[in-house]
Amino acid sequence: MKILVPIKRVVDYNVRVRPTTDHTAVEISNAKMSMNPFDEIAVEEAIRLKEAGIASEVVVASFGVKQCQETIRTALAMGADRGIHVETDVELQPLSVAKLLKAIVDKENPGLVILGKQAIDDDANQTGQMLASLLNWGQGTFACGIKVESETVVVTREIDGGTQTLSLKLPAVITTDLRLNEPRYAKLPDIMKAKKKPLESFNPEDLSVDITPRLKLLEVTEPPKREGGVIVDDVAALLDKLRNEAKVI
Amino acid sequence: MSVLVIADHNNSVLNVATLSTITAAGQLSGDVDVLVAGKNCQAVADSAAKISGVKRVLICDSDICEAQLAENIAPLVHQLAEKYSYVLSAATTTGKNLLPRIAALLDVAQISDIISIESEDTFKRPFYAGNVIATVQSTDSKKVITVRATAFSAAVSTDTAAPIEAIAAPVESALSKLVSEELTKSERPELTAADIVISGGRGLGNKENFKIIEALADCLGAAIGASRAAVDAGFVPNDFQVGQTGKIVAPKLYIAVGISGAIQHLAGMKDSQVIVAINKDADAPIFQATDYGIVGDLFKIVPELIEALNNA
Ligand SMILES: Cc1cc2nc3c(=O)[nH]c(=O)nc-3n(C[C@H](O)[C@H](O)[C@H](O)COP(=O)(O)OP(=O)(O)OC[C@H]3O[C@@H](n4cnc5c(N)ncnc54)[C@H](O)[C@@H]3O)c2cc1C
Ligand SMILES: Nc1ncnc2c1ncn2[C@@H]1O[C@H](COP(=O)(O)O)[C@@H](O)[C@H]1O
Repeated sequence: MKILVPIKRVVDYNVRVRPTTDHTAVEISNAKMSMNPFDEIAVEEAIRLKEAGIASEVVVASFGVKQCQETIRTALAMGADRGIHVETDVELQPLSVAKLLKAIVDKENPGLVILGKQAIDDDANQTGQMLASLLNWGQGTFACGIKVESETVVVTREIDGGTQTLSLKLPAVITTDLRLNEPRYAKLPDIMKAKKKPLESFNPEDLSVDITPRLKLLEVTEPPKREGGVIVDDVAALLDKLRNEAKVI
Repeated sequence: MSVLVIADHNNSVLNVATLSTITAAGQLSGDVDVLVAGKNCQAVADSAAKISGVKRVLICDSDICEAQLAENIAPLVHQLAEKYSYVLSAATTTGKNLLPRIAALLDVAQISDIISIESEDTFKRPFYAGNVIATVQSTDSKKVITVRATAFSAAVSTDTAAPIEAIAAPVESALSKLVSEELTKSERPELTAADIVISGGRGLGNKENFKIIEALADCLGAAIGASRAAVDAGFVPNDFQVGQTGKIVAPKLYIAVGISGAIQHLAGMKDSQVIVAINKDADAPIFQATDYGIVGDLFKIVPELIEALNNA
C-alpha cells in the first residue's frame, strides 16, 4: 500500500507573527519557516507503517512557492521515498489544496492519505475532511492511534469528551493529532541521501485544478492587548484582589 | 437569507456551544433553523425548539445518525443546504470534523472559528495561534462557518417552542463505523462552559501531584484544564488540553498553575476575564498575560490557597 502525506511549509511555531504596517497581510518575509508540526507527525506515522511492512511507499506532496521543495527534502531525509511539488505563488486555501490533492490521488492511487489536522498558520482544520469528501472516502480526523488491517483502518480520535475509535474502509483519509507519535530527527547521512531522492514538480494547470481563492483577506490586526497585570505578594493579597477588585470569587 | 445551525449534542443534551452558535446565526438572519441529527434525540430537539431565535427544528432520528459520522451526516446537510444561505456549527470537534466535508460537497470555502460577524459576507477569525486576527470576506454564494463559542453569548431558553419537523434519514455510507468511545466522566463543570477554570502544567511534576489542582478546583467549583505538556505526560486525559490545538476557554477566572505560557497555550485562554498565574519563574511569559501573578513554589502556594478558601 502506498501512503500519500501532504506537508505544508509554515512559519515556525516559535515565531510570534505581526501584521504588516499597512495591515493587509502577516509579516513573514524574514520569518523562520518549518514543516507544519502536525505534518511531521503524519510523515513519521507513514514511515513507521513502512518500517512495519504495512506500507510499500511513502510519497510526500507540498504545494506553494519554490521553497516548499526544502520542506519536501526534510521529509525525504526523515525517510519518505519520493516528493511531489505543485508550484504556485497564489495563496492556497484549503479547498484548493484539497482539489490539488484529489488530482494527485487520482494519479497515484494511495491506500491512505495522512495529513496534519491543522496548519498552524491558517489554523483552518479543513483540508483532510475536504479531501475525504471530494474522494468520497472515510475520514479519521484528530488521530492519536492508527491500526491498519486488511480492508480497514482502525483510527482512535481525540474528541471533546475523550476519545473515539472508528473503523474506516480503505482507502481512507486520516488527520493527525499531537499525541499520535514523536517525529524523528533526520540524521546527516539521511539528509545527504535525500538530495538524490526523486522530486517531481507540476503546475496547478498541469493538474487542471482551479485554485482561485474564495476568501479575500481584507485586514490583519493584532488582538486587543491585555492591561498590564500585577504581581501580588501572597495568597491573602491574591484572594483580596479576586474578591474585592475583580469580584470573580 | 436563512441559516441552518447543525446542533452539537450527544443524543440526550444540547451542547452549550450550540447556544452561542444560534446567537451568531441570529446576527446573520431572522430565519434560523436547527438540525438535530441523531438517534433517540427527541429531547435535544425539544430543548433546541425552545431556544430564543430558533424558527424551526429539523429532527433526523435514525440508526444511521446515531454516531453522527461525518460520512453520513454531510450528504444529509448537503441536500438541506439548497434552501439556506448559511450553514453554521460550533467549532467543537464534531463541528470541525463535519463542516469541511459539507463545504467541499457544496464547492465552497469554509470560514473556520469566527469570532465576529462584520456583515453578511465578512467575518473576523484568529489565525497564527491567535497572534493575529484576520478580517475575511467570502465570495461564495453559500457560506459554511464554524463559530468560536466563547466569542458569542449563549442564546437563552424561552417558554414558547418552535415547530419540530421530522426529516428522512440519509443513506448509510458504509465508509466508516463507530467501534467504541471512551468518554471522560466528571462531576465538575464542563471545561468550555465553566465560570472558573484551574489549569495545571508540567510544573506539577507527576500525576499524583496533579491532585492538588483537583483539590483547588473542588474549593472553587471549578473545571480543570491543562497544558499540552501535562496531557502528554499523562497527568490528565487529552480532552483537558487548553490551547491552539485543544479547547478554547474564556471563563470569568482562569488560574494557570505551573504553566509557562507558550503562545499555543495562551491561544486557548487569553480571552478569559481574569487570569491568575502561579509560577516559580518570575520571567515566565505567562505573567505577561495575567492580571494577578504570584511568583513562588506552587507546592507551597496552592495548599495555602486551599486552606484560606476552606477557612473563609
Ligand atoms: C503545533 C503545536 C501545538 C501546540 N498546542 C498546544 C496547546 O493547544 N496547548 C498547550 O498548552 N500547548 C500546546 N503546545 C505546546 C506548547 O508549545 C508548550 O510546549 C506547552 O504549552 C508547555 O506546557 P507547560 O507550560 O506546562 O510546560 P513548561 O513550558 O515546561 O512550563 C512549566 C512551568 O512550570 C513552572 N514550574 C515548575 N515547577 C514549579 C513549581 N514547583 N512551582 C511553580 N512553578 C513551577 C516552570 O517555571 C515553568 O514555567 C503546542 C505545540 C505545538 C508545536
Ligand atoms: N499548501 C499545502 N501543501 C501541502 N499540504 C497542505 C497544504 N496546505 C494544507 N496542507 C495539508 O492539510 C493539513 C491541514 O491544513 P489546514 O486545513 O489548512 O489547517 C496540513 O496539516 C497539511 O497536511
